Amino acid sequence: MGAHKRTVPVLTVILAIFVLWYAGSVALNAKWAEDKATRAHVSLSFSELVTDTWSQDKPKLPTPHQVAREIWKTTVGMAMRGRAFSRRSLIYHSWITLSATVLGFFLGTGLGILLAVGIVHNRAMDMSVMPWVIASQTVPILAIAPMVIVVLNAVGIAGLLPKAVISMYLSFFPVVVGMVKGLRSPDRMQLDQMRTWYASKPQTFWKLRLPSSMPYLFTSLKIAMAAALVGAIVAELPINQNGGLGARMLVGSYYGQTIQIWSALITAAVLAAVLVGLIGVMQAATLKRMGMAQ
Amino acid sequence: MTGQTVVKAENLSLTFQTNDGPVHALADIDLTIDKGEFVSFIGPSGCGKTTFLRVMADLEQPTSGSICINGVTPEEARKSRAYGYVFQAAGLYPWRTIGGNIRLPLEIMGYSRADQAERVRRVLELVDLDGFEKKFPWQLSGGMQQRASIARALAFDADILLMDEPFGALDEIVRDHLNEQLLKLWAKTNKTIAFVTHSIPEAVYLSTKIVVMSPRPGRIADIIDSTLPHDRPLDIRDTPEFLEVAHRVREGLRAGHAYED
Repeated sequence: MGAHKRTVPVLTVILAIFVLWYAGSVALNAKWAEDKATRAHVSLSFSELVTDTWSQDKPKLPTPHQVAREIWKTTVGMAMRGRAFSRRSLIYHSWITLSATVLGFFLGTGLGILLAVGIVHNRAMDMSVMPWVIASQTVPILAIAPMVIVVLNAVGIAGLLPKAVISMYLSFFPVVVGMVKGLRSPDRMQLDQMRTWYASKPQTFWKLRLPSSMPYLFTSLKIAMAAALVGAIVAELPINQNGGLGARMLVGSYYGQTIQIWSALITAAVLAAVLVGLIGVMQAATLKRMGMAQ
Repeated sequence: MTGQTVVKAENLSLTFQTNDGPVHALADIDLTIDKGEFVSFIGPSGCGKTTFLRVMADLEQPTSGSICINGVTPEEARKSRAYGYVFQAAGLYPWRTIGGNIRLPLEIMGYSRADQAERVRRVLELVDLDGFEKKFPWQLSGGMQQRASIARALAFDADILLMDEPFGALDEIVRDHLNEQLLKLWAKTNKTIAFVTHSIPEAVYLSTKIVVMSPRPGRIADIIDSTLPHDRPLDIRDTPEFLEVAHRVREGLRAGHAYED
């Protein structure tokens, strides 16, 4: 029932986006079409103008159907010809970005949980760590990413790990913030109750704090996953790398291949949606099992 | 009943330092509770009845005076797991079954698995919840949840039961039923019970001793030893003896200027 209620608004929004997108294509690509027509000494009717703006090779703003055709050609199209992992295939590039994203996500989640446990249990860490955690996120990632990549490359670490480190850098933050809140979510009564049983700190942690933090953890993980993907793509931008959606965008921008940039962009968005959706499914299943579903 | 002293408080005071100046939560409390007694603490909000329960449980520290539980300090008594504490909310963990919730303190205290299972079965029977071991808290009514939380406090060998308005959030009918059950439970287990309540009939119905308290500063206005017999059906509440004790409680509350404002 809920799904049905959502269908109409979602479709309306998608329709609005498409209308704006096609209109934007006409507006942005019209100048090129008109310049071409002027040089050829012809004048364009409105429908000729629209047709031209929607079918240019290197448009300023490619249309949805151009992007869709490119994505189809470089994923399913290549897979059907048995070349799913060729360097021209988006599946190949997505896989490279995905592996860095997932590794960075796990590293970031681990680091985030460790820091949160430290902050909740250690007074000194509580006072000292959080400002640094916040400061770390105020540094623009675009400035740090090239340094990390170059430095790690210099010491012989290349490929997956440097990108995962950038992903981790972006994704540990929401986990720290969420888990500190989650581990502190048991109320005074629950903590007093543990005290009357003379429970040790580890017992209180495993039996009360950690289970109580699950709703907070999953919410953080969704944000962390999206951040990890952004991190991996940003990490692929600074120096020419061995593939990846970021590298694909970079190469596209060298040669003015806007359709290629946009298809990498849309693929990244779909990837993010799928990853975040997966965590959402796990969240729903876990919290339902734990009797904590909202 | 051996007449052995379980709780002995002498000259006990507790002052909270707040931003609005000191709050005298407890002042000059002298009280003795013997083994097997059922003691109710009654009084208006802010009279320190819950605070006194928390001092017994080592959840608050007195500022002066002394208190002994089973002859030792509240801290030592807590560490030897001398009491079960029942809070106003059942406080069951939603991710654990009823059985799992009752097992929780047993796991913490390191009982063997076989012993845990046996104790869970026994206390569930004691509070009339046999057959609910595998159910989750949300599948139970509020009254049943509170019974499960009492079962949890009974599962380990604590001879003192501290109850902080355990039935405060329940409706009158459920409350009557639970009061009756609690008395049976008390008779069966021979525990010492300290029970905080707002309700005069509840205090009179349950207790062998009623401690009437008054606020600002929190102190004892009167201690009433109940004249009611040990065996108490619900309709004892309509007898003249019952009304007599209730009247004394009400007098005590009035004498403590409890209704002043």
